[in-house]
Amino acid sequence: MMTAFPMNRSIVCVLLLASGALLAQHEYTATDIENGGRQYVNNCVYCHGPEGDQIAGVSLFQGRFKRAVSDDDIVQIIRNGVPGTGMPAQTGMNEANARTIVAYLRSAAAVPASTLTGGNAARGKSLFEGKGACATCHRVQGSGSRMGPDLSDIGMQRRAVELEKSLLDPGAGVLPQHRFVQVTPKSGPAVTGRLLNQDTFTLQLIDSQERLRTFVIADLRDYSVLKDSRMPSYKDKLSRQELADMVSYLVSLKGPNKP
Amino acid sequence: MKRFVLLVVSIASLSAQVTFDRILNAGKEPQNWLTYSGGTSSQRHSTLTQITPDNVKNLELQWIFQSRSLERYEATPLVVDGVMYTVQNPDDVLALDAATGRVYWTYNYQLSPDARPCCGRLSRGLAILGDTLFIGTIDAHVVALDAKSGKPLWNAQVGDPEKGYAITHAPLIVKDKVIVGMAGGEYGIRGYILGLDAKTGKEAWRFYTIPGPGEPGHESWAGDSWQHGGASVWVTGSYDPESNLTFWGIGNPGPDWNGDTRGGDNLYACSVVALDADTGKLKWYYQFSPHDEFDYDAVQVPVLADIDWQGRPRKVMMWANRNGLFYVLDRTTGQFLSGKPFVKVNWMNGFDERGRPMKLASAASSKTGTLIFPGNQGGTNWYSPSFSPHTGLFYIPAWDNYSSLYVKQDQDFVEGRTFGGGGPRPTGPATKTGVQNFRGDEDIYGAVRAIDPKTGEKKWEFKMADVTEAGILTTASDVLFTGGHEGYFFALDARNGKLLWKSSLGGEVRSGPMTFMVNGRQYVAVDAGNSLFVWALRQ
Ligand code: HEC
Ligand code: HEC
Repeated sequence: MMTAFPMNRSIVCVLLLASGALLAQHEYTATDIENGGRQYVNNCVYCHGPEGDQIAGVSLFQGRFKRAVSDDDIVQIIRNGVPGTGMPAQTGMNEANARTIVAYLRSAAAVPASTLTGGNAARGKSLFEGKGACATCHRVQGSGSRMGPDLSDIGMQRRAVELEKSLLDPGAGVLPQHRFVQVTPKSGPAVTGRLLNQDTFTLQLIDSQERLRTFVIADLRDYSVLKDSRMPSYKDKLSRQELADMVSYLVSLKGPNKP
Repeated sequence: MKRFVLLVVSIASLSAQVTFDRILNAGKEPQNWLTYSGGTSSQRHSTLTQITPDNVKNLELQWIFQSRSLERYEATPLVVDGVMYTVQNPDDVLALDAATGRVYWTYNYQLSPDARPCCGRLSRGLAILGDTLFIGTIDAHVVALDAKSGKPLWNAQVGDPEKGYAITHAPLIVKDKVIVGMAGGEYGIRGYILGLDAKTGKEAWRFYTIPGPGEPGHESWAGDSWQHGGASVWVTGSYDPESNLTFWGIGNPGPDWNGDTRGGDNLYACSVVALDADTGKLKWYYQFSPHDEFDYDAVQVPVLADIDWQGRPRKVMMWANRNGLFYVLDRTTGQFLSGKPFVKVNWMNGFDERGRPMKLASAASSKTGTLIFPGNQGGTNWYSPSFSPHTGLFYIPAWDNYSSLYVKQDQDFVEGRTFGGGGPRPTGPATKTGVQNFRGDEDIYGAVRAIDPKTGEKKWEFKMADVTEAGILTTASDVLFTGGHEGYFFALDARNGKLLWKSSLGGEVRSGPMTFMVNGRQYVAVDAGNSLFVWALRQ
């Protein structure tokens, strides 16, 4: 799965090679890109949008900027803003963090946009709840299962091309916050759930009955992180048009309702 | 086989839902703490009895949650079936394992820079209905969150933060509605209480705490003063299912310390209002402090109980007010039954036959300063009291020997700015002493006061060297938990006030303690400083 925070190293390598020219000035690691993606979602996405093109005349994922040439220029813009415009200074952000965002912008430019265009979000919604059976694992705005990640604001978190990858090749990499574990208490049957938190002595998960549960590791017989994605690939299950509809629906999910 | 499994799953997740019926009957599941005050009658009393006066000395700290905020922690957590929900100031929300304190999820609220609450960038807690949590924020939004994931479901802006509107109290659930009120009494807001549809966040009703033109009570405000007369809400109300009334305490009128421009009683400032929970229509009110100039917000938790009153059972509301008096009202009709000072009071000297306080002519703010007991922070304030049906006593966190010099100044209203009209001056050593205290015997002090509601008489008191902003929890085993500015959390015998146990937490206790049970073990929890502390009996 190719996401904003790629976990799978091989994918990242390909990506860096493909964008070698653009990255000439600095070497970025997969961790830089992953951290930068998270910073981008937290600090920039509500103005610039998940595709970097939400502000008229500005496109952040093209590798070319009106006001910047070098990576250092972009760092400057992030930290100082663009005076006299709507671009605010990130006053609390240090240079290293700003640089990870540059890493993310550069890497995003190297990934071609989704080819699943021309989708219809309303049709995607019915597929989500019907034929695709996505709601048996995912929750959107208060309905559906909580076993998979809640997708209520996935359209703010991911690019269309990343959503496309999730549908076609979910096995490509599971984000750390989406891992499943199986725990076997010394007394009682094994429990499978999505890992929420862990420490040296305890772990927290949401189980298949959607209960939040804590296990004391000393009381477990066995505990393992499940490697494979639970999400089936929809490559052969949905037509190209249906996939486009689905991506278009996912892109439309922008978070909580404002009554 | 598969069908069978599915059926079991759906029943299990249904039973985990916090229905309104469960909230109404919160006393039947004392292992949980389902509302800010522990139930709709707000007694802050638990029927758990594992911790007793005899064994409370064996309490042992189980875990601490250190919030990532330097703001004082005033919240009471909720506990539902082993999961604790609480806030991190100002408006983040967390789900924690109630037995270990480990975090399931955190919701980070993106706060508007326009938020300007007068007196603390904080939240006092959450409400839950079904598997949805609700928080009111200091930028006047109400946000509904999925209790299993912390994902926001809806986010409703219900006030303008730039004008000083804010929410700091835990919402109250009544049936299918989330009820919240507006803080901002120091900014010349016009207060209101809202009933929102819990499913969508849509406004179902609105009650203005200052009546508009044509409404009864409007004449209690001279000229245009009603437009920015304050009358805020910042502590959670109560609900009585029999009368379907929800009760809310209303804050001071504005400008706080100068009543010259707002001649009249200034309804419903410094009052309790009883509203129809379905429509928000006013059924009755009682004004504790007409035409207040001493900052006597009636922002206390309305405590409901059925007690023996002059030989017959009566449905009452008990209220220890910031103005220094303890009241008993009939909660169905609003009839005044009794009122009596529980600390030194010099602004009134009795009640007329309808229960209106007889205010002394001298009790008015002045340019040179008027000495009034109790002082500006009140004989008590927003700190939760407790009523124990087991002892029949009402317990008040009190400040005694406490006065302020009330000084008024002329002030014009400017939107979004504080609108005080002067201010109080202290008459003794500071009440915010920090870590050192230099008070003498005659100075202000804090106390836990146990009052017999039938007589208004003091049964016992536990005196502290410093004052207290700690709420009080009682249990059916007659243990009383509370704390104070000194940073102790302690247990008293609810029957006689004897100290049973104490723990020095190194931060002011400014929250209401609560108790819960997980896997057969009773826990007690309180916030102090900016952390949450949880104890249970040593095993
Ligand atoms: C409040 C909205 C807002 C936020 C938040 C914001 N931006 Fe901007 N940004 C703008 C606007 C508006 C412009 C266009 C300025 C102009 O007129 O050239 C801009 C311009 C830029 C440019 C210059 C584009 C170019 O072609 O030269 C970069 C780079 C940029 N933003 C990056 C970011 C990053 C990275 C973040 C997050 C750390 C961010 N912005 C957050 C509004 C915002
Ligand atoms: C059997 C359960 C299951 C079904 C059915 C399922 N998913 Fe998933 N999905 C998951 C899980 C689990 C993840 C977490 C990552 C992983 O394991 O690959 C996930 C991840 C995702 C992601 C990536 C989330 C992120 O944070 O980047 C998207 C998007 C997604 N699913 C969409 C869908 C859509 C659309 C459908 C229906 C067409 C669907 N899923 C059906 C279980 C499922």
